[in-house]
Amino acid sequence: MSAVPETPPLLSDAARSRIERELAKYPPEQRQSAVMSALAIVQDETGWISPQVIDEVAAYLGMPPIAVYEVASFYTLFNTKPIGRYRLSVCTNLPCALHDGAKAGEYLKERLGIDYGQTTPDGLFTLMESECLGSCGDAPVLLVNNKRMCSFMDNARLDALIAELKEAGR
Amino acid sequence: MSAQDLAIDAKVQETCFHGRHIQPQIYAGLVSPDGWHLKDYEQREGYQALRRILSEKITPEQVIAEMKSSGLRGRGGAGFPTGLKWSFMPRQFPGQKYLVCNSDEGEPGTFKDRDILRYNPHIVIEGMTIAAYAMGIPVGYNYIHGEIWSTYERFEQAIEEARAAGYLGRNILGSDFSFELHAHHGFGAYICGEETALLESIEGKKGQPRFKPPFPASFGLYGKPTTINNTETFAAVPWIIRNGGPKYLEVGRPNNGGTKIFSMSGDVERPGNYEVPLGTPFAKLLELAGGVRYGRKLKMVIPGGSSMPVLPADIMMATDMDYDSIVKAGSMLGSGAVIVMDETRCAVRSLRNLSHFYFEESCGQCTPCREGTGWLWRIVNRIETGKGTMRDLDELDRIAYNIQGRTICALGDAAAMPVRAFLKHYRDEFAYHVEHKKCLVPA
Repeated sequence: MSAVPETPPLLSDAARSRIERELAKYPPEQRQSAVMSALAIVQDETGWISPQVIDEVAAYLGMPPIAVYEVASFYTLFNTKPIGRYRLSVCTNLPCALHDGAKAGEYLKERLGIDYGQTTPDGLFTLMESECLGSCGDAPVLLVNNKRMCSFMDNARLDALIAELKEAGR
Repeated sequence: MSAQDLAIDAKVQETCFHGRHIQPQIYAGLVSPDGWHLKDYEQREGYQALRRILSEKITPEQVIAEMKSSGLRGRGGAGFPTGLKWSFMPRQFPGQKYLVCNSDEGEPGTFKDRDILRYNPHIVIEGMTIAAYAMGIPVGYNYIHGEIWSTYERFEQAIEEARAAGYLGRNILGSDFSFELHAHHGFGAYICGEETALLESIEGKKGQPRFKPPFPASFGLYGKPTTINNTETFAAVPWIIRNGGPKYLEVGRPNNGGTKIFSMSGDVERPGNYEVPLGTPFAKLLELAGGVRYGRKLKMVIPGGSSMPVLPADIMMATDMDYDSIVKAGSMLGSGAVIVMDETRCAVRSLRNLSHFYFEESCGQCTPCREGTGWLWRIVNRIETGKGTMRDLDELDRIAYNIQGRTICALGDAAAMPVRAFLKHYRDEFAYHVEHKKCLVPA
């Protein structure tokens, strides 16, 4: 177990109860199986997987922190660095690229004034080039903060999305 | 706030509600996005196969025999006979055993399982429960692609519905058969579609494939005997039990039984999922998807997901869509993802896109794949940007050859096969790029 953090714990009661629900799916001696869901639950609250999150999740599940970090750094939906409030992941793989997915990415770059991997100065948007989202029939597609799939994103719908998120993020 | 509530997502998702399937079995009776609940599924003959098995006390051996006679082949990509796979499970094994559904759908071009899970989740639950009965398995997991989060949540709701109705849990429908099912989500790693990487991932580790043997049937999840099938494979099971294996086989072709869902993407008028009997001509499938977009001419097609060899238009137009016919044509049916490219598409640029994907997704465990995928991408990128040499063409072939068959899992092959196929069919285009520093195709 790692030392009790000096800062207040990041794992909220709500997060703990959601993690407990995930743990119930696995044999009692396999707490590690819930590591991905635990990290996803905490990331929803904290925005990114900080070293403190790693330590707390590791302590909670009884894993070495390095094993938690290995998972956090292997799976691409985890943010191991702080990012903008809204992570926009645009799929540019071949099927999407053929059906205007690449164009959607270019449009967002221009609209937000940033390149892939960058965050807008106001800290609102981080633009990412994503690998296959498994929704090629809806191209162009993008994900907002990993959870919300936005389909058929022509320029008008991209504009509407940006406007909506700017409003919500104010 | 649910994604569905937002006005921006209100546009009807038409990828499988177009009514242009042929003799559908899995998407049969699906007419609206709201029809996914248990009561809707029961109206579509749902859970009748499971009821019959339990009430008529059909033995596990009989279920497996029925599966064998159906000719059902795994829908995830490898096409392995499902009944045979089920018979590999040690029935008399005294300890724990696991059943796993592979819904980690991330092969570029493939989006069929998402529609099954979000619009017909109970068909997967019923298929898995029957499989668990046949193999004497008490616990199952459905590993769902992390990117389709709302679908994961829906599957969890469907599990709750099934449990409340007695189709899951202890003593199912009053019998002495018990089966627990849980949903597990991925979080962005293509490699977890490989079955042993998927098992590692459920165990809470990096998704790096295991060396085989031992195979999952003897050493699977938590080291216990495990059977893993694709979502669409499980979804085919209830129909087979209701109508009989031989009837299923009749729907398709010898050795290619049943229907298959083809995900049509790229340059087609109406991208989407089309469920048709195996053996349906490609020309017919293209017609269902509205033909080539903007009335352009067909140039090339990847018939089975991004890992499979590309085929030129004339070969595809003369090919039927079943496992054996596509192999004969020089490619593979794979996951049934059909990526269509029209006459304006450049072979070099298309390959560059694919190669970048495999470079990004290589898990880094095996040297030929880790180093080779980057090497392939850098060379194709060099050719695309007018900096390639003629020697690069042979170099690509050589590297691809040296990756293929020399890695723990098939990701290396998946990166190599497109390179070799694009070079085989479109070498002139690559040479043109090298010689003229520009593209042959006006894009």
